[in-house]
Amino acid sequence: MQPLWELVVANPIAAAVLALVGLALLFGALLGFAAERFRVEGDPIVEQIDALLPQTQCGQCGHPGCRPYAESIAAGEAINKCPPGGQATINALAALLDLPAPELDDEHGEASEVKKVAYIREDECIGCTKCIQACPVDAILGSAKMMHTVIAAECTGCDLCVEPCPVDCIDMLPVETGIQGWQWQLPPRPGLIASDRQPHSGAAA
Amino acid sequence: MRKVWQTPGGIHPAENKLQSVQQPIQPLPLPPRLWVALNQHAGAVAKPLVAVGERVLKGQMIARPQPDSGTALHAPSSGTVVAIGPHPIAHPSGLPADCIEIVCDGLEQWIDRDRHPDYRSLPRSELLVMISERGVAGLGGAGFPTAIKLASDRPIELLLINATECEPYITADDSLLRERAEQMLVGIDIASYLLGDPAERVIGIEDNKPEAIAALRTAIAARSDKAAAIELAIFPTKYPSGGEKQLIQIVTGRELPSGALPAELGIVCQNVGTLYALKRAIVDGEPLISRITTVTGKACLRNGNYETLIGTPVSALLGHNQLQPQRLARLIMGGPMMGVALPSSELPTVKTSNCFIAADASEVAPEQPAQPCIRCGLCAEACPASLLPQQLYWHAQSQQHEKLEAHNLFDCIECGACSYVCPSNIPLVQYFRAGKGEIRQQRAEKAKSDFARERFEFRQQRLEQQERDKQAKREARKLAAEQAKAAQAQGDNGAAEDNSAAALIAAAQARAAARMASPQQQRDKLTRAITSSRARLQAAEDKLTQAQHDGADHSQLQALQAAQAAAAQKLQLAEQKLAELAATDSASSSDASAAPELDAASRAIAKARDSAAAREAMSPSEKMASDLAALDKRLAKLQEKLELCEDSEQRQLLESSAAKLQAKRDALHTSSQGDQHGI
Repeated sequence: MQPLWELVVANPIAAAVLALVGLALLFGALLGFAAERFRVEGDPIVEQIDALLPQTQCGQCGHPGCRPYAESIAAGEAINKCPPGGQATINALAALLDLPAPELDDEHGEASEVKKVAYIREDECIGCTKCIQACPVDAILGSAKMMHTVIAAECTGCDLCVEPCPVDCIDMLPVETGIQGWQWQLPPRPGLIASDRQPHSGAAA
Repeated sequence: MRKVWQTPGGIHPAENKLQSVQQPIQPLPLPPRLWVALNQHAGAVAKPLVAVGERVLKGQMIARPQPDSGTALHAPSSGTVVAIGPHPIAHPSGLPADCIEIVCDGLEQWIDRDRHPDYRSLPRSELLVMISERGVAGLGGAGFPTAIKLASDRPIELLLINATECEPYITADDSLLRERAEQMLVGIDIASYLLGDPAERVIGIEDNKPEAIAALRTAIAARSDKAAAIELAIFPTKYPSGGEKQLIQIVTGRELPSGALPAELGIVCQNVGTLYALKRAIVDGEPLISRITTVTGKACLRNGNYETLIGTPVSALLGHNQLQPQRLARLIMGGPMMGVALPSSELPTVKTSNCFIAADASEVAPEQPAQPCIRCGLCAEACPASLLPQQLYWHAQSQQHEKLEAHNLFDCIECGACSYVCPSNIPLVQYFRAGKGEIRQQRAEKAKSDFARERFEFRQQRLEQQERDKQAKREARKLAAEQAKAAQAQGDNGAAEDNSAAALIAAAQARAAARMASPQQQRDKLTRAITSSRARLQAAEDKLTQAQHDGADHSQLQALQAAQAAAAQKLQLAEQKLAELAATDSASSSDASAAPELDAASRAIAKARDSAAAREAMSPSEKMASDLAALDKRLAKLQEKLELCEDSEQRQLLESSAAKLQAKRDALHTSSQGDQHGI
């Protein structure tokens, strides 16, 4: 003890080294403890990506559902493979991941403006239950040899039930918006020079 | 006089109220047809209770609301339901919505009116059901069901009656108060009974309605029940003082927190029109089938207020007011600040239709093109909600919804003050409405996608569970099978040992021993076979001679000859075997009996030696014949093998060996025949 103390007193460099080493050990221990104590289970970015995806579970991206696609986006896959989400989803993903927002990849289908839900022509349904098995969100009701029907409020419009139907009695119909779904639209953008537009608006009025 | 407070912002547009209050409220002639819209306001659509062709009485309930939202609908006049289906309604979208169309018979035949002037004797819950079933809704603006508002479970200290009517042109509440203030006060009493008699009842009214204020003062003074005092709060005219939040601030000085309901501050607001309808519904037993509507604007020769049946086409209202179609520049439902332009006048009125303005060109400013925002800040000064409309405009334009929410877009009451003061003519409110709509839609989509995710994950979980269950069942079955096997094995130990190699060998040895039997038995067997063969040969020969004698045909003869040959061969074989046996006996008579199970090699050697000895004992012709027979036998065996064989290589091998054997046999045959001829 005595020689160490004398060394520290005699040699300020040694004192500094000792102090720094001590601090390094202290903070290292602190960080190590924090890393164990506040460990985050799973990948939180996957949750955030999954929250932005439209949850149609349609598989058009080539993954069996939205979550697997979220996982592969987190692993570096392209963010433009989701036609149901369209450009809005791509933009949101790009903002989240700090990536440039690409155009939708046409390979995986085209974004449709109108929302659609499946509709079973009930007279033609033979009760094979194939569509029920195909539905990723359990939105089809029915049992073997009984008529099936789609719960429109729960249908995501993923299209997956259309293909397995042996009698082709499922149609994808656009959702009726009606007055309940109507909303105000943004006014047309004003031009930089208002007088540029005057002849047109004058003609309209 | 009650103390009043100031609110931020606000504007002072031209009032234009005088022209429509020159005359008292007038009834409107009964229109021939009425269209009662099933959704009178935002919220759930009511469910029709009548069928097409059904006759309805005035005041009969024709549609029931979904539980806890919307209001019941009633036939505004007696007549026949002719259609239930889409019809254009007075809505900014211009979209059609489901309406019940009634052709009026002009009889105005009422249902039995269930009057309750002594409403205080009824329990509150019963009264609330009555209010809901009689279709009373907020007539001030949004059409919110009154029963829900009055069913507040929070303690209410202030019942605030909104008589502000701050928007220009509209005088429906003003004229109602001028003429029917006493009835409205009864409505206040009903509401305060339902709210547990709040400590304060205050009517908030702007100072631009002196006649209404005077009428109210008279009515209040004439009230018998002096204990339940009703105060008047008169404040300077400013738009928009009539908004719920603004009125609360003016009367109480307290600001309603963002997103909070007035009930959280112990306040309930009711419009005077609603309270009047409440009185009519309870005391007079008349459901809400009509309201007071202002019809004004310079395109109409007459301006005034009308007792209008719900569902009256706007064209009937305007026609009664002598509309000059050539002067009509714009038809507005509601006030000039918050109202919406209607695309046509062939639309029915709804419960919230308080005003129709048939404006001429001098009243509506010509539509100016919007110019860029110059950041003058006038809109922020005018905003009664203390928002920053210029910032909201930027974010709404670029659809940055998070920023919009951060700037409290949802506190915007869409009063239009910002648009009114904007020097660049920017339709700010339309941006805000669009932004709100987009955010609401996104929220709805988010809720739907969360629901879909939940269902998807639940389904995945269920499928995995099913798979696990199946796996468990499979394993259970497997285990059961193994256990059963083990139990069986334990049941008969001896049988289990049979399966061992040692047991197999033992069984084979036993079989071999049986086959070997004793030489004596074998000899007996062979002698029996020889005698029977001889007899058969004899019979065959007899048959042959008989056939030859009878002169049978060639094929028959051949068959018989073959049979005779076969019999002869068999006999020969049996004799040969007997000879072999005799040789074996003589060669190893001693140890054969002592040890019948010689080892295979010594047995084979002995056999070969025996056969060699037997051959030596035979005559050359006999030897040849036995050789021939043996060859025949081998050939037959080979042929059999050849037939069974499928492998082509093996087949070739077998065929070649068969050919060799055949050649050998033929050679032997010819030599034996030669020998025979030689003899």
